[in-house]
Amino acid sequence: MRYEAPESVEGAVALLSAATGEARVLAGGTDLLVQMRADVVDPELIVDIKKIAETRAVREEKGGWRIGAAVTGAELKEHAKLKRAWPGVVEAANLIGSTQVQGRATLGGNLCNGSPAADSVPALIAAGAVATLAGPQGRRDLPVEDVMLGPRKLALKKGEIVVSFLLPPRPPRSSDAYLRFIPRTEMDIAVVGAGVSLTLDGAGTISAARVSLGAVAARVLLVQEAAQAIVGSRLDAPAQRRLEAAARAACRPIDDKRGTVEFRTDVAAVLTRRAALIALDRARTS
Amino acid sequence: MAKHHIEAIVNGDAVEFLCETEETLLDVLRDTLNLTGSKEGCASGDCGACSVTLDGRLVCSCLVLGCEVGGRRIETIEGMAKGETLHPLQQRFLEHAALQCGICTPGFLVASKALLERTPEPSEHEIRFWLAGNLCRCTGYDKIVSAVKDAAATMRKG
Amino acid sequence: MAETLTNGHAQSYVGTRTIRPDGVDKVTGRARFGADFSLPGQLIGRVLRSPHPHARIISIDTSKAEALPGVKAVITRADFADQPSEFIPAGEMMMNYKDVVRNVMAREKALYEGHAVAAVAATSTAIARRALKLIDVKYEVLPHVIDVVEAMEPGAPLLHDDLFTAGVEPKPEKPSNVAKRVEISLGDIEAGFKKADVVVEREFKTAPVHQGYIEPHAALASVSEDGSTELWCCTQGHFIVRAHCARLLGLDISKIRVTASEIGGGFGGKTVVYLEPLAIALSRKAKRPVKMVMSREEVFKASGPTSGATVKVKMGATKDGKFVAGFAELKYQAGAFQGSPVQPGVMCAYAPYDIENVKVIGYDVVSNRPKVAAYRAPGAPISEFAVESVVDEIAKKLRLDPIELRMMNAAREGTKAAYGPKFGPIGLEETLNSIKKTEHWNTPLRKWQGRGVASGFWFNIGGETCASLTINEDGTVSLMAGTPDIGGLRASLSMVAADELGIPYDKVRPIIGDTGSLGFTFLTGGSRSAFSGSMAIVEAAKQIKTELCARAAKLWELKPDQVEFSGGSVRALGSAAEKFKPMSIADFAKIAGKTGGPIGGYGRINAQGAGPSLGTHLVDLEVDPETGRVTILRYTVAQDAGRAIHPSYVEGQFQGGAVQGIGWALNEEYIYGEDGKLQNAGFLDYRMPVASDVPMIDAILVEVANPKHPYGVRGVGETPIVPPLGAIANAMEAATGIRFTELPMSPPKVLKALKEKGANGASGSDR
Repeated sequence: MRYEAPESVEGAVALLSAATGEARVLAGGTDLLVQMRADVVDPELIVDIKKIAETRAVREEKGGWRIGAAVTGAELKEHAKLKRAWPGVVEAANLIGSTQVQGRATLGGNLCNGSPAADSVPALIAAGAVATLAGPQGRRDLPVEDVMLGPRKLALKKGEIVVSFLLPPRPPRSSDAYLRFIPRTEMDIAVVGAGVSLTLDGAGTISAARVSLGAVAARVLLVQEAAQAIVGSRLDAPAQRRLEAAARAACRPIDDKRGTVEFRTDVAAVLTRRAALIALDRARTS
Repeated sequence: MAKHHIEAIVNGDAVEFLCETEETLLDVLRDTLNLTGSKEGCASGDCGACSVTLDGRLVCSCLVLGCEVGGRRIETIEGMAKGETLHPLQQRFLEHAALQCGICTPGFLVASKALLERTPEPSEHEIRFWLAGNLCRCTGYDKIVSAVKDAAATMRKG
Repeated sequence: MAETLTNGHAQSYVGTRTIRPDGVDKVTGRARFGADFSLPGQLIGRVLRSPHPHARIISIDTSKAEALPGVKAVITRADFADQPSEFIPAGEMMMNYKDVVRNVMAREKALYEGHAVAAVAATSTAIARRALKLIDVKYEVLPHVIDVVEAMEPGAPLLHDDLFTAGVEPKPEKPSNVAKRVEISLGDIEAGFKKADVVVEREFKTAPVHQGYIEPHAALASVSEDGSTELWCCTQGHFIVRAHCARLLGLDISKIRVTASEIGGGFGGKTVVYLEPLAIALSRKAKRPVKMVMSREEVFKASGPTSGATVKVKMGATKDGKFVAGFAELKYQAGAFQGSPVQPGVMCAYAPYDIENVKVIGYDVVSNRPKVAAYRAPGAPISEFAVESVVDEIAKKLRLDPIELRMMNAAREGTKAAYGPKFGPIGLEETLNSIKKTEHWNTPLRKWQGRGVASGFWFNIGGETCASLTINEDGTVSLMAGTPDIGGLRASLSMVAADELGIPYDKVRPIIGDTGSLGFTFLTGGSRSAFSGSMAIVEAAKQIKTELCARAAKLWELKPDQVEFSGGSVRALGSAAEKFKPMSIADFAKIAGKTGGPIGGYGRINAQGAGPSLGTHLVDLEVDPETGRVTILRYTVAQDAGRAIHPSYVEGQFQGGAVQGIGWALNEEYIYGEDGKLQNAGFLDYRMPVASDVPMIDAILVEVANPKHPYGVRGVGETPIVPPLGAIANAMEAATGIRFTELPMSPPKVLKALKEKGANGASGSDR
């Protein structure tokens, strides 16, 4: 098993493109190392992208925020300004595993692990985040909702890596929230995750919204019907009910050890409403 | 391929070691450097018994590759007491009987130290959530939480 | 030592909160646990495990693995002689070596996913892993059965074709998965129900749960050319490990020396052998030390959880609340081999109560799961959960305070228990009283919050125990005990030794002796180690005191009755008192060589008179009606400790047991797929409580002295896991109006029940 830690995006892409056997990108390693130990994967090449400056940076860009793919959850949490702009994204990243895991786990890794239950992904999708990919053919941008195609299936081509994410500029009176359901208070994989981002007009009416649901389908969903259900409202009771119905209708979950179809569908509706109310409250005071 | 040759700082001492790619930092600490204070409870980041700090950041050493730590500073339980003086957390864990079997104790101490370095006066809620990644099956956490609170108070007094 | 004496009396350590003598090693990472031992030249051992829940093993070809460079030994069933079928008492359970040899290494069949089929020893972990992949096992996959009720059905897949239900007349003609039927009865159950004004009958189901110790099983064996065997392992009983390994490997007991490492939790799960005989067999073959450590997945798949069960309870009471009849039928999963804790489950079911008419029937049922191992009060939490739930329902029906109802029916001194004995002094009423007096009990709750109370009983045991005290040349004391110390035993025994000898606590240095250092000592289990160990220490100290008095009498030329040991010194009595200065233990130590040689005491006892410990738990919780999530808000434990030697470690037992019970009640379970494979063999999805899941656990020490113990001590370790399941179910009923009868009360189940009742408002339409 070969380990490489290139210092440039081009170096990483070249290594991955040239790999003949199974190659894996190492960011935080909180999924990859577990899978290696469990004999689920046995890569021939590991490319550690943490020495690439671009993957490790958080900076403002065009009024929005660019977050490197290998920035850890703990680092995001300590970034006061980012946290103010995108509290939902930051809290989602910090729901991944324990304090110890947050010291390692990254947004890029969470996305590229290809799990429909990834906590940060619904928050990123709700935020309208765009992933910047780099590959042998150069760079391209892809909305986060288009990166993951299904469990363990990504839209990345051979040799391609996620370099960073761009969170769009934030109009005034905007905020976001992410909630997930787990049986314990910490440490579990999301049974359902709900991310909501919204913007209010001067009168306090929702003028724009994005809603995303995790762990209720083979991939994390962008639920446009749910967003439509609340745009134009102040999230009063009827709007909440429309929102819940839209969330419920979008669910296509499975029964498994973490939850049943019925449970996931019910809880998706509840969490979507609760996340929307938190985002609304935050937007009012932002 | 040949093993990786790694140089790092462990508990303030310069160390060098050889490791295979698939060996974790925990494997290296325990099997190569003979620092067996960090424990393997799960090898999946779910129990926290292998907690160490890496450049000051709390991590599970089972989720870090040995070959990743070149040039970095690692602190383990073995580096916590200074000479003959126990760290206030170690002292309070003893006084509060915050350990029964003691297998999780090194991880709890390392994690608690990282907490108090950032949050000198943590609430019970903060302590519990910070330590949620450290499993203890013996104590029910009660005396651990008390010991951390008490150690924090001691450390604030300096 | 005179400075430690006050007014001529020895300082009393028992009842104080000393620092444990093994503590510094444990907070500095120095303490050596199972996986921390290594030997020069050691090999790494790994186990090949069955991927099938039930399969006949047609053949095992190890030739390719043996040919792999670096592989030094491979073992299979062929390396273990078969054992005759014979039941041997093993503490609180019975065991049969015919089954033990098959559990450590599958013979005719693999009986559960994870069952050991072969093992290798190689020069590195990587080579050992590769070697496992080269072992070719041909299986004939058989239909499997996981659930206990399904396993009892006539057409169920049969695990053992020689298993005929014991305890039924006439003896069955056909084999089945029901290993035995047990029954206890007191009075006339039918007559009892006729007297009842109210009868409640319910059926309960509990999921198997794992002990969940954080330290995986580990063993390091070194066998020399002459068969001398050294073994280091994490176990609750190294003498038991020695006995099992000697039997399974055909070795003389004297040839095996077992050293118990520090143990990272056991809770009953480290009372049997898994890796130990394999490591010895591999080392014997390879002639090199072999180290084996289980992965967490192996711990879940191949070491004992406790039973899941189906329990039927029917209780009758008069309208003023007197229990007049208690019936129960328990069906416990044993796992792949017989030996579930159904017997203690049967005995404990109604033990907290004084009921004239009781009948409890139990079935021990095998299915394609790992063989169960003891887990803290084995069997009792399951049956008492069911009974405590029904007791609560009776209280509701009769509009009685649940504490008052329990008080009215509480077993007390003189009560004849359905399982046989008449109780001596026991403390159930005292625990109920102290709970009733708490601020907790008297604090109001809000909507969707509920409060529950439940009591619990566990017998506790004594048994064979050795401990020694040796006076060193400088008057300090070396203490040796034969039971591994899991939670403060060395502190407790040192405190007793210091009090008995009248010396400072820090002059006593305790260790856990290896199997060559002491006589046979039964394991740490049954809440016996502090109870029995302290009795052995008292005996050893008595020998020392007698010896010192004899030496003083000789030195002073007095008669034996003219001297006595008190306050840490031997004193001359009466008129001689002025003539001879009292001699301390240190004084004797200095002249030991001239007065008869080394001084020591050796307690070798079969401890009797373990008093049962009863407890009552009180819990507040809150239910999220929209998601079914349960939050434990507040928790209080009151339990009879007899006498708490070290109050902090007794409280720790209460708190830890309560939190394990919370896990059992709310989230922990073994989840199997249709394929008979365990789906949650890891801490991620097994979901033990984490720090943020629980509140502080208030602990009330009730002390009703056990008259059979010199200090009044009762075992305390197991009872605390008994009441939580019932207390939480009762609190759930209070919060939701729903009686939950199935564990765990995980969110999907809770939400479903709320929806069925139309109580949750989650549909959105009724708000």
